[in-house]
Amino acid sequence: MVTEITKLENSYEEAFRTLQGRSKNSRGSWLPHLREKAMERFAELGFPSVKDEEWKYTNVAPIARIDFRPLLLADAVAPGSDANRLADFTCAEAAQSQLVFVNGVLRGDLSSLTALPEEVVAIDLSQALTNPGYSEIAREHLARYADYVANGFTALNTAFVDGGAFVYLPKSVTVKAPLHLLFISDGNRLATFPRVLIVAEENASATLIESYASTSDADYFTNAVVEVVLKDGARLEHYKVQRESAQAFHIATTMAELGPNTSYDATAITFGAALSRHDIHVTMDHEGAECWVDGLYLVTGNQHTDTHSVIDHRKPHCTSHQLYKGILDGKSRAVFNGKIFVRHDAQKTDALQTNKNLLLSNEARVDTKPQLEILADDVKCAHGAAVGQIDQDELFYLETRGIHHDLARNLLTYGFAEEVIGKIKIDSIRAELDEAVLNRLNARLEA
Amino acid sequence: MLEIKDLHAGIDGNEILKGINLTVKKGEIHAIMGPNGSGKSTLAKVLAGHPAYQVTKGEILYEGKNLLAMAPDERAREGVFMAFQYPIEVPGVSNAQFLRLAYNEKRKHLGEEELDPLEFKDLLKERAKVVEMDASFMTRSVNEGFSGGEKKRNEILQMAVLEPKLAVLDETDSGLDIDALRIVAGGINQLHSPENAVILVTHYQRLLDYVVPQYVHVLANGRIAKEGGKELALELEQKGYDWLKTTATETSGATVRAS
Repeated sequence: MVTEITKLENSYEEAFRTLQGRSKNSRGSWLPHLREKAMERFAELGFPSVKDEEWKYTNVAPIARIDFRPLLLADAVAPGSDANRLADFTCAEAAQSQLVFVNGVLRGDLSSLTALPEEVVAIDLSQALTNPGYSEIAREHLARYADYVANGFTALNTAFVDGGAFVYLPKSVTVKAPLHLLFISDGNRLATFPRVLIVAEENASATLIESYASTSDADYFTNAVVEVVLKDGARLEHYKVQRESAQAFHIATTMAELGPNTSYDATAITFGAALSRHDIHVTMDHEGAECWVDGLYLVTGNQHTDTHSVIDHRKPHCTSHQLYKGILDGKSRAVFNGKIFVRHDAQKTDALQTNKNLLLSNEARVDTKPQLEILADDVKCAHGAAVGQIDQDELFYLETRGIHHDLARNLLTYGFAEEVIGKIKIDSIRAELDEAVLNRLNARLEA
Repeated sequence: MLEIKDLHAGIDGNEILKGINLTVKKGEIHAIMGPNGSGKSTLAKVLAGHPAYQVTKGEILYEGKNLLAMAPDERAREGVFMAFQYPIEVPGVSNAQFLRLAYNEKRKHLGEEELDPLEFKDLLKERAKVVEMDASFMTRSVNEGFSGGEKKRNEILQMAVLEPKLAVLDETDSGLDIDALRIVAGGINQLHSPENAVILVTHYQRLLDYVVPQYVHVLANGRIAKEGGKELALELEQKGYDWLKTTATETSGATVRAS
């Protein structure tokens, strides 16, 4: 096994050498240098093992075992126009504000940005890195927050930084149309490394949808890293919607750095992938920041999903809200690990964390661990976790109204999910998720 | 319509109902009264089919069919309705969605066509007048954040939409202020017809000032201790329930049948 993994890690190494060879002369020396350091680190760390406390319940050996091929930008065969097949994954509100990536490659023919204000920048990351106007900004922030020294997956992503999205919101701009970054994968055994950097200057305000989907049932591997930087008073609503193929592996990291008086509202919806893991880390190192770190995971069959979140209160007067809900059927398994740190200086912190799980089958399993670490003494913090089944009294109530047993169960499950879905402010996404939940439940519900 | 014969039932092995006999005919209103713990609510729950209660002896015939053999949802589609003493909150599901779903389940059962959301909206608007509920209640989640009175009115609204043949109202008057009581009672009276029957389960007489029963049955210790017309309720109001407890022991084993 050890040899096998070593061999496969060498195949990443091979693709990496090709990438480095190609970009040697075209871009400043810092990027190849960054990649080099990240690759070195990946070679040392490898993929995490269950012996690592942070990966105790999630075994990524299947990812290490499969011979995934990293797709290099230059190797990408331009696929034919498959706009029709994308219709299921695009959203009406963002028809003129979307960047579509197919197997990691930005597809201009499927993208449109006409609804964005002129001064807003949303371009391919590889372009930003060479554009004299943005390369400094990119350089200032890229890989500053996502730690490739500690995390093997982040190291691997960083080693392959090339394509992806660079979003820059200048001072005081308000973007009404949501910006949709849609990552589609459909290649068997393909590894992609989506990378997103969002920098919002003072008082800028926008909505971002980051979604992952597949038009096939391929067994690919997505390893994504998103870095969000909000300057004074900036506001971002951030939806992550993961609907990867049932065979896929999805590992994602979100790092958000919140400036003074900022507002960051994150909602992560997880439906897809055989195995998925989302690390979300929000740092509040300035006063007056507020964040919502919410999510819903809905898994069935043999799916495994893991959410690790860190909300780090470093300065006074910051507020955080967290609600994660999980619905598990079949033999699925979910992990929720939520840490809230309230540092010594972070007086007047207000933090609330809740994780609730609904088990629809006796074979599903949840490992939930909310954690609070408080070093300040004048704070308001609460956390809690619950794992339960459908409430018998609620079920009986619906049945006494003539609603069939199975439909009544579905209705209650739907109601459970609604608390998270209901907060989504983009109508088409909310409607689509409602439908997806109901489809999962084989239920129908209109009105 | 309903025949309860020598009904024994309980929960977790404790017998609560110890031989209830009761017959209810179309067009009638019956009141089941009695002190706390006498078995009133148990009787209502057994009629609705609550899974936690076990029937150990006796039978219940509803329109000649064995009610106890039917699942709760089946009973409901056949026209049995129970208004809950403590209506359940169903977060995330709007009142309108819920009511239309329930209404259409019944329509399907009767071989009738389902109503689409627009058609149902008109029907709901009409029925909501019965309990003076405005449109804002329809988009809110079922009972979530409703006051006690609003929940009870919502129960009667469900009754108005589902048009049961037999309505069992479990302590529908409890926790209501006088205005809400008047609205709820008015709703029950509007919905009662020669074609259906109502069983009011209540501790107090005051609801019976508004909804006048033909028969009053007083439960004590799991049996019907006394029966009579509406004047019995007034008597109870004056004397309380204490004197009944002695009567109940004295007449134990004796069961009276109302018709």
